[in-house]
Parts: sequence; C-alpha cells; structure tokens
Amino acid sequence: MALIDTINPLLTTGWAKGDAGWSLKDYEARGGYKQLRRVLESKMSQDDLIAEVKKSVLRGRGGAGFPTGLKWSFMPKAAPVKYVVCNTDEGEPGTFKDRDLMRFDPHSVIEGMIIAGYAVGAKAGYNYIHGEIFETYQRFEEALDQARAAGYLGDNILGSGFSFDLFAHHGWGAYICGEETGLLESIEGKKGQPRFKPPFPANFGLYGKPTTINNTETFAAIPFILGMGGEAYLNLGKPNNGGTKLFSVSGHVNRPGNFEVPMGTPFAKLLEMAGGMRGGRKLKAVIPGGSSAPVLPGDVIMDCTMDYDSIAKAGSMLGSGAVIVMDETVCMVKALERLSYFYYEESCGQCTPCREGSGWLYRVVHRIEHGEGRPEDLDLLNRVTDNMMGKTICALADAAAFPVRSFIKHFQGEFEYHIENKKCLVDPEVQRMGSGFFKAGNV
Amino acid sequence: MNTQNTMLSPELSPESLKKIDREVAKYPADQKQSAVMAALVIAQDEKGWLPKETIAAVATYLGMAPMAAYEVASFYNMYDLHPVGKYKITVCTNLPCALSGGVHAADYVKHKLGVDFNETTADGKFTLKEGECMGACGDAPVMLVNNKRMCSFMLPEQIDALLAECK
Repeated sequence: MALIDTINPLLTTGWAKGDAGWSLKDYEARGGYKQLRRVLESKMSQDDLIAEVKKSVLRGRGGAGFPTGLKWSFMPKAAPVKYVVCNTDEGEPGTFKDRDLMRFDPHSVIEGMIIAGYAVGAKAGYNYIHGEIFETYQRFEEALDQARAAGYLGDNILGSGFSFDLFAHHGWGAYICGEETGLLESIEGKKGQPRFKPPFPANFGLYGKPTTINNTETFAAIPFILGMGGEAYLNLGKPNNGGTKLFSVSGHVNRPGNFEVPMGTPFAKLLEMAGGMRGGRKLKAVIPGGSSAPVLPGDVIMDCTMDYDSIAKAGSMLGSGAVIVMDETVCMVKALERLSYFYYEESCGQCTPCREGSGWLYRVVHRIEHGEGRPEDLDLLNRVTDNMMGKTICALADAAAFPVRSFIKHFQGEFEYHIENKKCLVDPEVQRMGSGFFKAGNV
Repeated sequence: MNTQNTMLSPELSPESLKKIDREVAKYPADQKQSAVMAALVIAQDEKGWLPKETIAAVATYLGMAPMAAYEVASFYNMYDLHPVGKYKITVCTNLPCALSGGVHAADYVKHKLGVDFNETTADGKFTLKEGECMGACGDAPVMLVNNKRMCSFMLPEQIDALLAECK
C-alpha cells in the first residue's frame, strides 16, 4: 500500500503513482538528480554541504535520532578509502516506511547516498536491504542500473571528476543486522554480531575503513534539504526536530499505512489521518517508536506531539516512527509475550545478559500468560531487566527490556489479575474478534 | 519431503556460478566473502535447500573456510538447512501483524494444511514456518512464499486463493 495521507508532503511527493512512478524518468521529471547536478557543477565544498545538512537539524530516521550532519563531520578527511552505507534492514516490528520509500522512490535514496559520498569523500557505497523484501531489493538493483546508465553512478559522474559507485546487499532474516555494526559484519560475509564501540564506524567501519551509516529515510531527505535549504527544512518541523517524518501506523486503526507529517504533529491528528480507531473502539495503548520503545497508555499519548522531544518527555522514544496502536480488545500480557518471544528469538547470542536474559523474560511472561504466573514474577521480570540494560555490546538487550518494564509499569493491574486469576482480564472472545480476521461467514 | 535432493551433486550449476560472479563483482577484489549471503541464496534456489556439501561448495568457490560459510547459513533464519516442501509459507505472527490477525491467519493455514509450524505436508508440497517481522506491518496479515514473494492482507479468502494457486 502506498501513502495514505500527508501534510506538507516532501519525501512522499514521488509516491503518487505508486508502483508506476519509481523509474529514473519519473524521478527526473519531478526534479530528481537536480541537487546532485548542482553540487557537482558548482563544486560545492564538502564543508558547506555538511553545514547545510547540519542547519536542517535532520536527525537519523532509523531510530536513534542522531544529527546527520554531525555524523558526517566525524569522517576523517585524509583517509584514502571510505564508505557510505545505507541501512534498509527494516525489521523493527511496526516499521514499514523504508520499504515503501524504496518501492516508490528508490532514486531519492540513490541521489542522497551519492551526495553523502561526495560530502564525506567516499567512492563506494552499499545499501543493505532487509531479506524479507526481496522484491524491493530487485527493484533497487534495477534503479541502480538506470542510474549507472545515465551517468549518475560510476567514474567521473556528470563530467565532474567525482567517482562513486553503489551496490545492493540483501540480508536473509536477522533482526540484529539493523544494528549498524552487525550490519557491517553482515556485509563482510559473517554472522551479524555487533562490534564493540568505540571505535565507531566513522573511524573503523566496513572492511575497517571509515564509514558513514544512515537510515534510508535519512538519505532520501538529503536532496529535499538541498533543494529547499537547511533552514527551510528545519522550519517545516520544530526546533531541534527538523523537517517531516514518515510514520508507519499499524494495529487497531481503520487505515493502517505510512503517513508523512511535520515533526511536532499532534498524535491525535495522526490517529485521525489513520482513519481513527477500528470499529470506533477505545484506545488502550500505543507503542510510539517501534517495538523496542516503551509502551504509553492511550491517555498519555493523546497529549503528545510526534517528535523526538515530546515522546521522550512522556517516557518513550520516537524511534523509527512506527506507531503500533492497541485498542481495548488487547490483552497486554499476551501482547508482551509476543514481543518478548521476538527478542528471545533474535538475540544474536554474543552477550550473556541478552542471550540468557531474553530467554528468561520470554519464559516468565509466557507462564503468566498461560496461567502459571507466580506472585513474585513481576519483581523477577524487573530484576532480570536490571541485569540486561546497559550491560551488553549493543542495544538489543535494552530493546528487550523496555517493553517488559513499561508494560508492567503502566498495566500492572492487568498483570496481577492474570497471575491471581490465571486468565486474561480481557475476555478471550473479545480478543479474538479484535483482530478483524474473523468476519461473518468466515471460519 | 524432497529427499532426492540429497542425492544431487553438491556442485553448483554454471548458471548459479554466473549469478554468484555477479555478486562477487560488487565488492573489493580481496573481499569475496562478502558475496556469501547472496551466494547461499542462489545455491538454495538451485538445490531447494542447503545440504552441508553445498555450503562447502559455496565456501570453496569464494575462497573461505567451509565452517565460516556454515556459520552464516546457520545464523540467518531464511536459509533452509533441512529439506522443505515445494512451497515454504512463512507467516508473521509478531505483534503488529497479530493485532490484525497474524496469529489467526497462521492457525487457519495450519488447519487447512493439517501441519504445525516447522512441519511439511505428507505430499511434500507445503512447509509452514513462523516468521518474525517482515517490515510490512501496514499490510497485515503478511506471509512470505519461498522467501521472495510477499503476500499482503491475508484473510481467509486470500489464503484459500494462495493455497489453491500453489500447484
């Protein structure tokens, strides 16, 4: 499905024709590769280019929200071999924006990556694409062929003397490769186990060379930022939260899908754009930034605006902009059980606190859900998370812990009811009908 | 179960090797190992699954230790280290999909095929797998067919149509 609705479209301007508007001639017709041409023809200095990106206050769209211009400025100037890498390993439950960006506007990602390569002095780049979206990987390869044939990639781009080539690399089913150093290991043809940091990729990245890694949406924003100017981009959003952002809305709404809105748009507006609550039911909880972000009760999120600072103030994270909406038909213990299983399944096994801790979290939540919970289990869960958070090489342990802690914090009564009564607070038949799978006459 | 595959030669066809060469060309000359993930997929497409001997053949072709290739094949979920049916159907049951019927869709397929997760139908036609997030939560419930084809909005009617189409 393509874009559902938007306010001030930027990234999604090319999505109007859906699958029919992705190719090079469509992209050029809507002004594509104009910014690359301008940068190369004007021989813009690398410092000026990075300064413009800094001015936009574009923050990393993959989840961490790190300022992009600052990240680029960390790249050592003198290094002879450097890389630019795009993280399209989009596997954070709830997130599906990069897939649509790559399906409907792959050249915006390519143009953004070439410009980034110019800014940091890299001659080659890789786009790591989630293995489960193989059809999108194939389309991206086609787009690369088009860009190469048109002289936007390869040696001496547009006669400028600047050379840059770009390749697609696919994953094959490992969530951990969305972690940037796990991703680099994976490109090197190894298990995707994250590296200890520091050194950071800007110093020791792909094949040990300085590497800039950004999210797909981050790269796609670059041509627009250069087109309108960093300051104008910043002003589309709010201070310290520049520009527009894609939000993937899933779960119990009438129209799940991707929405592009300015940073700072009220959550209530986003929910309205997504068609409101399915069946007019009551909002119970929202995970505002992908499954790793702490859950927020419905009344708390209704007072938030969608930007890094407002969501952080409410006690969660904007993350990747994946908004998972849950209504009153959801059993919070069952919802947490499924998330805990995910982290248990996807822990790479490298660090003991995560490998063992994620298993403990899943098994204890599982026994509560299945009527075998013990009165001390909630304390046990919190204790296990204490022994995971901040104690591992990457953030997967924290990502496994945040849902557990926040679900218990905000829905403690429901967990206690489950332990005491050995059943869900929400009637199983109500839960069953909540999914919308069963309709009259079905099954 | 596709047991006769184990009888096949572990060596890859010239067509597969050509495809692997195209992958190798993406990386610096001294980094052929980078192509191992794509090469294993190409090998799996040819053989139906990945016997150890095939993994070793891929490793030899790329100039890496067989164990290093096996580490990769066993780390990533979509490599099949055991024979699978002609159609491998992977259903996402993660939370965003589950909210829109992912678990119910999996139950429906189980009932229709008479198998549980990680089982293959007696005629060797279908293998059912449980999947983690495929990055298409807005299209829930979502399924993958043979790793590469994504099917969206899989309600009973769509599931019936998909299974009927798998000959």
